Amino acid sequence: MNNTTNVTKVDQAPAVPQAALVPAVDIVENEVGITLLADMPGVSKDRLGVRVDGENLLIEGSAEVKVPENLEIVHSEIRNPYFRRSFTLSRELDASKIEASLRDGVLRLHIPKAEEARPRRIEVKVG
Amino acid sequence: MNGSFRFAGDLFPELTRLQQRLDEVFQTGGAANIRELARGTFPAVNIGSSPDSVEVLAFAPGIDAKSLQITVDKGLLVIAGERNRNQDSNGDNQNVYAQERFAGSFRRVISLPEDADPGKVEASLRDGLLRVSVAKRESSKPRQIAVN
Repeated sequence: MNNTTNVTKVDQAPAVPQAALVPAVDIVENEVGITLLADMPGVSKDRLGVRVDGENLLIEGSAEVKVPENLEIVHSEIRNPYFRRSFTLSRELDASKIEASLRDGVLRLHIPKAEEARPRRIEVKVG
Repeated sequence: MNGSFRFAGDLFPELTRLQQRLDEVFQTGGAANIRELARGTFPAVNIGSSPDSVEVLAFAPGIDAKSLQITVDKGLLVIAGERNRNQDSNGDNQNVYAQERFAGSFRRVISLPEDADPGKVEASLRDGLLRVSVAKRESSKPRQIAVN
């Protein structure tokens, strides 16, 4: 395997563990757009990825868990805190204007609807 | 309005979730513990033990540190609190497509080993990850008792 192959592989699949947890989400839609909340505990901003590829929206992130040395795991409900989930967006949503914020391990995405898809009022010009 | 925000493959997330749980329960390597069958509890908890302390890690996203109550009593560590469904005012024309996130009050009880020192507990919350560290007693180290 030469270097070029290596680089390509890294690009396609960042060094991620195979098994991913599906984060729980809340999704709410109103006139202006869709709001998505996703539980991603332990994920900091620099370990979070929100990507849009065509109509596909991908959110992923891994939690940073620092453990003391010589730690023996006694009980484990989340073995590998890596979260990943994807969604399909429809055309009326404007993926270029997604706003994302992360707070206390909860990712909040706001995906606005495209202007033409929103209910609007048409100004009538006089004269 | 419907279908403007579809899940990738509709049914797949649910199947994935099921599979994930099965995988976790039947994961090879690592001792299978009957306690691990308790799924869907909030917050999920990992427990580790080192020679100096017992480390409890709770995956508790979206929780304010002030609303967390952590107590140690009679060898039990209790993590309790509440998480509200924090939605932007329920507007009229609002459609809810998914509501999977936990909402309500929670309480998790963890039994500490006998050598844990309830007087030395530290807790920190960062990025929705709660870490509780309970020190182990010095006196719990093995010692020899002289017989008169």
